[in-house]
Amino acid sequence: MMIFKLAMKNLLGAGLRTWLIVAVLSFAFVIIIFYNGMIDGWNEQARNDTIAWEIGQGQLWHQAYDPYDPFTLQDAHGNIPTDVHPEQLVPELITQATIYPSGRMLPINMKGIPANQKILALPTDKLVSENGDIPILIGKRMAKSTKLQVGDQVLVRWRDTNGTFDALQVRVAAIFEADVPTIDKGQVWLDLAQLQEMTGMPNEATLLVTGEGYQHQETEGWAHKDHAFLLAELDAIIQSKKGSGSIMYVLLLGIALLAIFDTQVLSVFRRQKEIGTLIALGMTRSQVVSLFTIEGGANSLLAAIVGAIYGIPLFVWLTKVGIPMPSANQDIGIAIAEKIFPTYGLGLVVGTTLLVVIASTVVSYMPSRKIAHMNPVEALKGKIS
Amino acid sequence: MNKTIISLEHLTKRFPVGDGEFTALSDINLAFQSGEFSGLVGPSGSGKTTLLNIIGSLDTPTEGKATVLGKDISSLSHKESALLRNRSIGFIFQSYNLLPVYTVFENVEFSLLLQKISAEDRKKAVNQALEWVGLTDKIKSKPNMLSGGESQRVAIARALVKKPAILLADEPTANLDAANSYHILDMMKKLNQDLDTTFIFSTHDEKVMKYLDRIISLADGKVEKDEQFDHAKTEQS
Repeated sequence: MMIFKLAMKNLLGAGLRTWLIVAVLSFAFVIIIFYNGMIDGWNEQARNDTIAWEIGQGQLWHQAYDPYDPFTLQDAHGNIPTDVHPEQLVPELITQATIYPSGRMLPINMKGIPANQKILALPTDKLVSENGDIPILIGKRMAKSTKLQVGDQVLVRWRDTNGTFDALQVRVAAIFEADVPTIDKGQVWLDLAQLQEMTGMPNEATLLVTGEGYQHQETEGWAHKDHAFLLAELDAIIQSKKGSGSIMYVLLLGIALLAIFDTQVLSVFRRQKEIGTLIALGMTRSQVVSLFTIEGGANSLLAAIVGAIYGIPLFVWLTKVGIPMPSANQDIGIAIAEKIFPTYGLGLVVGTTLLVVIASTVVSYMPSRKIAHMNPVEALKGKIS
Repeated sequence: MNKTIISLEHLTKRFPVGDGEFTALSDINLAFQSGEFSGLVGPSGSGKTTLLNIIGSLDTPTEGKATVLGKDISSLSHKESALLRNRSIGFIFQSYNLLPVYTVFENVEFSLLLQKISAEDRKKAVNQALEWVGLTDKIKSKPNMLSGGESQRVAIARALVKKPAILLADEPTANLDAANSYHILDMMKKLNQDLDTTFIFSTHDEKVMKYLDRIISLADGKVEKDEQFDHAKTEQS
């Protein structure tokens, strides 16, 4: 404790030099926590949105279904199992189609979903036909690319189970706003019963979305996909974002650590007389090494305090107002909101603090080791080169 | 009866210089009694500071034996010699060597902190030491706010606050003017008598020599003369 107090006194006594290092180090602190908080917030938000809007608590896929191969859609449909509770499963039927908005032709996936489902956040209640027309749901991205608005009629063409082409006018009943592009771009949602009738596939589905309380039992012809599988792509993207973002804070931290290392080397050289005096006054060499090491390491503690002074209000404010994301980012194919609300967990703060404190203590110790081999007589003369 | 607290027997110190060696001290045989006010005098390079460093356990002899307060300096570990310095030996340096970021109080307090003495006792001891040197009004000053004479008085207080058995002063007046030198020497002489601390100076300052009870003259690392003085007699005559 005595050495820590002495170290803090020496550190504060060094004035501007200390505060410059502390400023850079505190900036590294805040950037690391800010960036990781943003990524964690995005991750949490993306996972929650994907679960709420697309995958539920998991999915059962028809054995022939492969989302990366649209040709499998032709055969990827089968009878909906009857031995599961309908409130725990939402069937979806997927078929390829073509839409003709404003005279253009766009290939799409037509997805049938029960209008009365409660598992996914899609506003499927809008899919109930009021006057014999066929209401559809599209997402905001789809609406933007097709320039369709609520109430617009648009022609869709599809092939039924026998390969026969058919076409119908459908009405845009609602445009939903979701941050999950995989249920939006190139997708048109309509009532499952309607699509089953249009394709000649009564009581059939391509996949089943599971809800709360679903207990999986092996069902022939259907493969269960859990969160780990369905969110693997998202997790991989988040991890790669974390990795690329870490380059920035590793650089910042590196600059701060280099400044500490440099200061320590200079201190050990310039303060030889002081080192000699401390030994003459009765400090052991290991105590002097500890003093210098703690002095360097304590930069990080000061940086944590300074970082907290301006970082905490900044983080609190960001968690309230969110971080706006450029619209270009929302088209990259993964769930990303217009605003990301960062999350700053205890683990992130404690982990970052430990990382910076340990790293700065290690770089402080390296030059301070030289003191252990110093001849106090030479040190008093200030003659060590 | 004063007892021997420092004994140097056939002490030799050599330093490596290039491919060869330089003999700084050669076959020194000396003994110092408790309460002595003595000095090592001689020209630069005569071995005064080297001898002080060995007595202060900052260095070890190449040959021979140095026993300080019953401890063989050569056989002490780093920790043991640090303990010896902290408890029993005070140092005063030519350039004061005050710790620049500490106040006068903290500089004087430093040795006591290492001894883990309670805050209350430390405060009492530091105030007393600063009273001895007449610096109670500078308690909160930093070293850069002090004159040379004041700085050396702080260094004396720092050396004496722990009431050491031995005080080693290496050219303590070299950076001071005559008035400050006499002031400090008067003070040290008085403290020597009051505290029974053994003072050993390294000096070639004639002003210091006038105060010494014993002058050991060194030349080329050897004892040339070892003289005792009775100032009372000198003053009478």
